[in-house]
Amino acid sequence: MIRPAFVEPVLDAQDCFRAVLEAMSRPGRVQRLTMALDAPAPLAPASAAVLLTLVDAEAPLWLDAGEEAEGWIRFHAGCPLAVQAEASFLLATGTPPALADLRQGSDETPQDGATLIIQVESLEEGAGWHLTGPGIEKEHRLNVTGLPPGFASERSRLAKNYPRGVDIILCAGDRLAALPRTTRIEEG
Amino acid sequence: MAYVAVKGGEKAISHAHDWLAETRRGNPALPELEVDQIEQQLGLAVDRVMAEGACHDRGLAALAIKQAQGDLIEAAFLLRAYRTTLPRFGHAAPLDTATMRIRRRVSATYKDLPGGQVLGPTYDYTHRLLDFSLAAAGEAPPPAPQAAVAQPEALRVTELLAREGLMARDSESDAEPPDLTRQPLDFPASRAARLQNLARGDEGFLLGLGYSTQRGYGGNHPFVGEIRQGHVTVAFTPPELGFEIELGDILVTECQMVNQFHGSKAEPPQFTRGYGLVLGAGERKAMAMSLVDRALMAGELGEDRVAPAQDEEFVLLHSDNVEATGFVEHLKLPHYVDFQSELEVVRRMRATAIAEASSPAEKELAE
Amino acid sequence: MSHDPGYNFAYLDENTKRMIRRTLLKAVAIPGHQVPFGAREMPLPYGWGTGGIQVTAAILGPRDVLKVIDQGADDTTNAVSIRRFFNRVAGVATTTRTPEATVIQTRHRIPEATLTEQQILVYQVPMPEPLFRLEPRLTETRRMHALADYGLMHVKLYEDIARHGHVASAYNYPVMVQERYLMSPSPIPAFDNPKMHRMPALQLFGAGREKKIYAVPPYTAVRSLDFEDHPFRPHRADAPCTLCGSRTSYLDEVVTDDRGGRMFVCSDTDYCEDRQSTQAARGEQAA
Repeated sequence: MIRPAFVEPVLDAQDCFRAVLEAMSRPGRVQRLTMALDAPAPLAPASAAVLLTLVDAEAPLWLDAGEEAEGWIRFHAGCPLAVQAEASFLLATGTPPALADLRQGSDETPQDGATLIIQVESLEEGAGWHLTGPGIEKEHRLNVTGLPPGFASERSRLAKNYPRGVDIILCAGDRLAALPRTTRIEEG
Repeated sequence: MAYVAVKGGEKAISHAHDWLAETRRGNPALPELEVDQIEQQLGLAVDRVMAEGACHDRGLAALAIKQAQGDLIEAAFLLRAYRTTLPRFGHAAPLDTATMRIRRRVSATYKDLPGGQVLGPTYDYTHRLLDFSLAAAGEAPPPAPQAAVAQPEALRVTELLAREGLMARDSESDAEPPDLTRQPLDFPASRAARLQNLARGDEGFLLGLGYSTQRGYGGNHPFVGEIRQGHVTVAFTPPELGFEIELGDILVTECQMVNQFHGSKAEPPQFTRGYGLVLGAGERKAMAMSLVDRALMAGELGEDRVAPAQDEEFVLLHSDNVEATGFVEHLKLPHYVDFQSELEVVRRMRATAIAEASSPAEKELAE
Repeated sequence: MSHDPGYNFAYLDENTKRMIRRTLLKAVAIPGHQVPFGAREMPLPYGWGTGGIQVTAAILGPRDVLKVIDQGADDTTNAVSIRRFFNRVAGVATTTRTPEATVIQTRHRIPEATLTEQQILVYQVPMPEPLFRLEPRLTETRRMHALADYGLMHVKLYEDIARHGHVASAYNYPVMVQERYLMSPSPIPAFDNPKMHRMPALQLFGAGREKKIYAVPPYTAVRSLDFEDHPFRPHRADAPCTLCGSRTSYLDEVVTDDRGGRMFVCSDTDYCEDRQSTQAARGEQAA
């Protein structure tokens, strides 16, 4: 039996999208999802909801979450699976792929850069990274546990390629936060 | 305060629409036009609305024509807006016009050819004299005589030329065709995207552009290789079934325009083809489309792109009458905020200009 | 509130919403960059707000309160028509009060009231390409944006100054977003441009006919193009509003007779009515 997706597909997707839009617009602010969702392990509710909200037949996906999760999202979203270098969405529940290996878009079509969803252990505002850039009035603080060491500096090495780049959505449990390519991270 | 902030926009809209409904119906003493009558007796209008509305449904096209009081662009818009709400199941197999059940077929390049010339139901060679007998309701005309033998399948003229090596062959592709209703047009556009755009394009716009190529704006030397009109079968393979099923027959008109090509470094001299395909009996549109299609190949064939009809961005971004009518007509929406800012600027510029113009004169007077 | 059961919530099908939502996220991630999207044919004409409507339809939820303005006013016919559309297909609450709205769809104005972090401003955009009068070819302008090569626009503005003493653009005045992308602010009066700079609300732009979406995230730098010796100056008619007396709001000029009679009133009807009712309340207290 394949587990169900959203209970209210239209309204839950809208609700989740607004959380992601808010996260992407205010990098480092943590959003909390409230809809019920019983996704297969190892998918956290937030990463499962983000996938259901954003991927479909027109959005090739790469994920490392195993067979059941793969079958579940393919059944509900009808999305094709792709290799890392060609995916428009990626979900990493384990070690995230090297950012430089993902689609970055071109200077004319930077929107083709990938969206990488990383499932982490926890997300807390108020401590940790110092974030600046568009969407942030002065500075946002974000503490993330569960990312490999050196992640922030790996990401900052791509900044010089702007507007090409990769946008990141961090998910932990029912919480999510985003790091669009414009956000600068200083480790705190 | 009568001048300001006219409240009751909602009421005004609703009253205007009531008036529109009354106008549409016309004199209620006369019988109401039935959708079936439009579908049967205004068939070419129905065809045009289906083509430009990009939706093959005669009944809905007829309804749209009725609702739009015969304004065919408005009718095409109604049909498009309905079309976008339909789910997309996939794309049909390419139509095979070689197996068309032909009701009209004309070639200007050969006096006779296999399959023959078939005039079919055409206005060609009618004398354009108003037929006053149609003004009064009368008997239906007697049925037209029919050939004893059904029209055989006929090889396409371009195929005859291609077998002789005289006609450039268009490459076949199994790739998923683009869908302009899903993805925005990108430039340079593929031929498939171009043809799709032209097939939905405004007949009048394509007619004018096609005509311009004949008058020297983009050197076409066209011959009607063939116009054929008739029924073809639409087939579709549902992914969940995995085999092809026939959805039905539709009437289409195809025009293949043959054009001389002097050759390039890569290609020897030969003929090239301009292609037009339109839903229904839209022959004028199919012909204009084939002229424009050929003109748009200028870049690929190494010909100079100098004429409007050869300019891909210009043609494809202005061919759609639903887009064009929307943007032209949006000018009647209120623009008083932008106009106010223009007023301020023009008044300031005038003040500066008048001050500059008068100051030397004043100096002269003073001297 | 319920929506018309004949249509999906907010009219668009879920596939279309997902496509627009993906586009919106990329637009936010690359401030000021025009992202192409598969704009659908809407039941309203192209050029009448189909881009803004599609953006609004993709973000709107049952908890939202929607305000629609055209030329700053809630009761202009096209604003009424769009508000009715959403009321019918999404059943959302609507308001004319700027502070009460969570989503504001606008044509040609930014409200006078300062927008907040809890609000999203959706602009209807007729021509998203700021360079189109100078270079109509999309292939060319796309390349210019890729290279951030905006010399053409600087030359145009400079020529304006040389000829007229100041820039001749009074609306749709071009802006630089985060010092990277040249962007059309849509045909808002230049007077409104400074409101875009570091606005706490998210700003989304939809161009349906041209099939582009772009965005300015909150607190993002938006600079009206200018020159050191000719700094950008927003202009308004030099008069108070006849109805509320405001000397800071943007004004519409109203012709009152055929002998040159003029009066000026706020273009933002909600702002004006709010001020009038506050004044009336004060008047009653005083009396």
